[in-house]
Amino acid sequence: MNYLAFSAPLSALVLAPFLQSVINRTKATLAGRQGQPLLQPYHDLWKLLRKGAVYSSVTTVIFRLGPTVSLATGIMALFLLPLGGFPAPLAFAGDFLLLAYLLGLGRFFTVLAALDTGSSFEGMGASREVLFSSLAEPALLLALATLCRLTDASSLSAMLAGVNQDLWLGTLPALLIVICTLGVVLLAENCRIPVDDPTTHLELTMIHEVMVLDHSGPDLAFNNYGATLKLWVFSAILAGLVMPLWQALGLPPWLAFGAGMLTVAIAIGVTESVMARLRMDRVPKLLLSASLLATLALFLQQR
Amino acid sequence: MLVIFLAGLACLLLAGMSALVIGKRLRLATWVAVVGVIAGSTLSLVAALQILLGQPAVSARFTWSMPLGNLVIGIDGLSAFFLLPISALSALGAIYGTGYFASHGTSKSSGLPWACYLGLVASMAVVVTAQNALLFILAWETMTLASFFLVIFEHRKTAVRQAGWIYLVATHCGTAFLLVMFLLLGKHAGSLDFDQLAAATPLTGQLAGLLFVFAVIGFGTKAGFIPLHVWLPEAHPVAPSHVSALMSGVMIKTGIYGLIRTLGFLGAPEAWWGILLLGIGLSSGILGVLFALAQHDLKRLLAYHSVENIGIITLGLGAGVLGVALDSAPLAVLGFAGCLWHVLNHALFKGLLFLAAGSVIHATGSAEIDRSGGLSKTMPWTATCFLVGALAISGLPPLNGFASEFLIYYSSLAADLRSTVLDNTLLVIIMGGLALIGGLAAACFTKAFGMVFLGLPRDRLPGVPHEAPFSMLAPMGVLAVSCLAVGLLAPLLLNVLALPVLVCVGGTIEMVSLTLGIVRQPLAAITVTSAVLLSLIGALLFWRQRMLARRVVNSAVTWDCGYDRPSARMQYSGSSFAAPLIKLFGFVLGSRTEYSPITGLFPAASHLATHTPDLYQERLYRPLFMSIARLLKQVRRLQHGKLQVYVLYIVISLLALLLWEMR
Amino acid sequence: MKMLLESLLLALILSNLVLLGSTRVRNYVKVIALQGFILGLLTLLLHLGALSIHTLLLSGGSILLKSLVFPWLLIRAIREADVHASVEPFVGYNASLIIGVLLLPFCFWLASRLPAQLMPTMASSLPIALFTMASGLFLIVARKKALTQVVGYLVLENGIYVSALALVGEIPWIVELGVLLDIFVAVFVMGIALYQINREFDHIYTDQLSSLKG
Repeated sequence: MNYLAFSAPLSALVLAPFLQSVINRTKATLAGRQGQPLLQPYHDLWKLLRKGAVYSSVTTVIFRLGPTVSLATGIMALFLLPLGGFPAPLAFAGDFLLLAYLLGLGRFFTVLAALDTGSSFEGMGASREVLFSSLAEPALLLALATLCRLTDASSLSAMLAGVNQDLWLGTLPALLIVICTLGVVLLAENCRIPVDDPTTHLELTMIHEVMVLDHSGPDLAFNNYGATLKLWVFSAILAGLVMPLWQALGLPPWLAFGAGMLTVAIAIGVTESVMARLRMDRVPKLLLSASLLATLALFLQQR
Repeated sequence: MLVIFLAGLACLLLAGMSALVIGKRLRLATWVAVVGVIAGSTLSLVAALQILLGQPAVSARFTWSMPLGNLVIGIDGLSAFFLLPISALSALGAIYGTGYFASHGTSKSSGLPWACYLGLVASMAVVVTAQNALLFILAWETMTLASFFLVIFEHRKTAVRQAGWIYLVATHCGTAFLLVMFLLLGKHAGSLDFDQLAAATPLTGQLAGLLFVFAVIGFGTKAGFIPLHVWLPEAHPVAPSHVSALMSGVMIKTGIYGLIRTLGFLGAPEAWWGILLLGIGLSSGILGVLFALAQHDLKRLLAYHSVENIGIITLGLGAGVLGVALDSAPLAVLGFAGCLWHVLNHALFKGLLFLAAGSVIHATGSAEIDRSGGLSKTMPWTATCFLVGALAISGLPPLNGFASEFLIYYSSLAADLRSTVLDNTLLVIIMGGLALIGGLAAACFTKAFGMVFLGLPRDRLPGVPHEAPFSMLAPMGVLAVSCLAVGLLAPLLLNVLALPVLVCVGGTIEMVSLTLGIVRQPLAAITVTSAVLLSLIGALLFWRQRMLARRVVNSAVTWDCGYDRPSARMQYSGSSFAAPLIKLFGFVLGSRTEYSPITGLFPAASHLATHTPDLYQERLYRPLFMSIARLLKQVRRLQHGKLQVYVLYIVISLLALLLWEMR
Repeated sequence: MKMLLESLLLALILSNLVLLGSTRVRNYVKVIALQGFILGLLTLLLHLGALSIHTLLLSGGSILLKSLVFPWLLIRAIREADVHASVEPFVGYNASLIIGVLLLPFCFWLASRLPAQLMPTMASSLPIALFTMASGLFLIVARKKALTQVVGYLVLENGIYVSALALVGEIPWIVELGVLLDIFVAVFVMGIALYQINREFDHIYTDQLSSLKG
């Protein structure tokens, strides 16, 4: 067992909230604000972890299980994720399927926890969440399958290791489409702006935030931390794809990966700043287009 | 080995007949039947396991006074594999049924339902072990009739009788195709024995294609391929729950068994067979889960999910057939392996879900999702079992559904097809299709579990919710544990698949084992991940508990946005939960909304109802059968009851025949 | 060179997808203009080695006509006839996209089965040409307005043009001229008809033209 392999998930556990702050800082800068301190997400998590909790009398054990399961699946997903030049501790053929389904398991429990409260707001959020995620799933798997065929590999670590400058030059169209598709999936799965607004204040317009309205204290901390891990997972896959561009500038792999992560985070921040939120019934169209693009990429890749 | 199996069969038949005879003495009949089922199932399970673990296939040949072949019965790898779910689920269903028949059948003799149940179990066992077409068809018909009588168990209700009628007609239309297919096959081979059929000279391409289509229609009607599925959503909800579990869990899989078996008689498959099956699988899977989402009745929802899962199974089957046709060993082996494994897994979790749904109906007297709610407080064990089943059917790790879906996914990844277009199409169908089906299934089961077991009751229910008795809980518990065990022990169970897959793809056992071996490492890694995940959840829960132990934990109302009087009726209902998805896919569902709008300053009572009838029954079969009936009405003019005219008919026809002969 | 060619074809296919999901009539016109431009560039690029007056005229004419004149005519028609901004589909946008997902593999399959001798430089363009034609036909069938039907015809013609490029490399001058003229007249007549229909009936729904018959 290579102990170095565990550096990937461990650094992700530490750095994930920081990704959040980069996005926040980008948005603040573009809006002409100073923005919150870069360590604010850590402070928030720490604050929540030290609090007590309030539970609705309607809820059952499912409600208490929800944040824990979604955090646990997020952590497990990190173990399947390569980071920079390091392969994941658990890399096997078809591991991206397990990754997608692990996140699906977390979502399943988040949705159930929302329904457990009996609140109509949370029911509404849950309903939207399952709608959007079930449409995002095909786009995600088709994009990753395309990547499989592009790099002739079937595990996430091997796939991302296979993305290099030659691949960029050789199959630019397909790779660009895959990046676009994964970008859309990232925005949809992590409740980012054209799909959902993580900072909105009206229950009726929320998706993910409304599902966790009733969580408090450590549960909320688990939930928020799980969400940042999920964002990290998708960003890391995208960062692995854009890494060769930075490597072309002569950066070593790990630095190129860091630069890739920053690129992705800033891209998310910019997207969120320049785009308005889509009308709810327009989101499926966005996600269907993403699936369509992924199908196209699959057919374009074999030359 | 065969002796053990035949002894089991004898147990079933004997117990069935005794139950019929002593039907008046309810308790005794029940005991006899249950003991018979358990003994019979255990014996056939033992026989099947021995075959699967490496004993050579067995068959016995008896002569009988039927033309074309002998009475041959035998167990090979494929039969043995299908015997597993049949035996396991029928025994568990019988135990569950003691509670069910006892509470519903007080007014009438319980002998007949039990005899039918045992007949159903025995005929299913014969269907998968028959090695002669005539015996197969006989068992097939017995199976249909036995299940028909079980479906109309509550025959005093009109809806039940109508559902039974639809079932009977649909399944007989399918059997008609099977009869023609077997007759053509038998004419070609000169015998109806399966070994002769398989050994006969290969059929010509067109005839083989035609027979394949017949097999797809005939067996697809039983399996529930869309659009041949119409009987499923009618018959499953009205049957007693353990019968639904048996029918949905294993009986419809005999269609899949028949299809695989028939493929062995048709010679080398062509690529379009596989593509046709993939198309059927994709449409059945997606439409099945969409119709399920639109349902308001829990058991109807589960019935549509059977259509969905048959779709997933058929995706694997199609991948396997395509792999055989195009000479791609990984695609063929993994496709068939995924198909077969999903057959077993679906039996486990769908059986579990139907039994749990039965407990809900047993306790509350209602299967309406939109009226129930909050049952996990009064029925914690049933809720836990349903949750396990829901997770498994959504294909989520660490449960068994994920393992078989992973195999089907992986078959498309590992496929080394010569044609790139076909390769990409396969990836689109399996990756995209299965992902969409999985996502929608998760949506559907968050709805089913969330609305029935979580929140607060939305309406006053006919019954007082209470936990089911032990006789009903125990089978559910066994099934729930096996769902988890099959999921976690996946890499070990791979060996069991080698023999059945060998029957499907041909070749050598070494090749099959070697090809299956490529997923052993991934499955082992999945098991490790699942185990770590479970312990991680445990650890996090423990940590959270420790943190909260020393702090203030309060109880309050759910956040109501400052509204003064929230009521349970304001909760999101199952219909509202599914509404966006239904609207999005409205163009294939044809849902109808009845709505009396709110008007005026002081509006009167208003109502909103949505209804999603089965599109195919409404638009395809009803008009078709109506026009047939109209056509046949013309014939009734000949039949008016006047004896003289009837004699005239006879005279005319005799004269006509005479003239024909004399011409 | 190959990269540029592929990027152009990709842009073409993406523009078709935009058409399938687009809700605004004006977007249609923009996409049509873009497609004309792409086709002109494609012609130019294919004959970069041996430029002739013929190719220059053809690509220049194609760009001029398809990306300037037609869009201008269409925009004028929209303004004159006061066409409502929305496309108003028979088949919803989401359904259109799903049909797009299904059409794509079908076109690739069809292209792999056609026993055609392709130009080596354009070997990969046949499925894209087929998809363009299919999208054009789909738009004609699945959208309500007369204007969207014109757009559908234009897309169909673009598809035929690309497939011709793929199959024979060079389209006989007179054929292309004839086709362009046909389309030109079609657009022109449609423009007039659109205006007239609008003046007579206050709307431009072709599905209601059936009420004209006796």
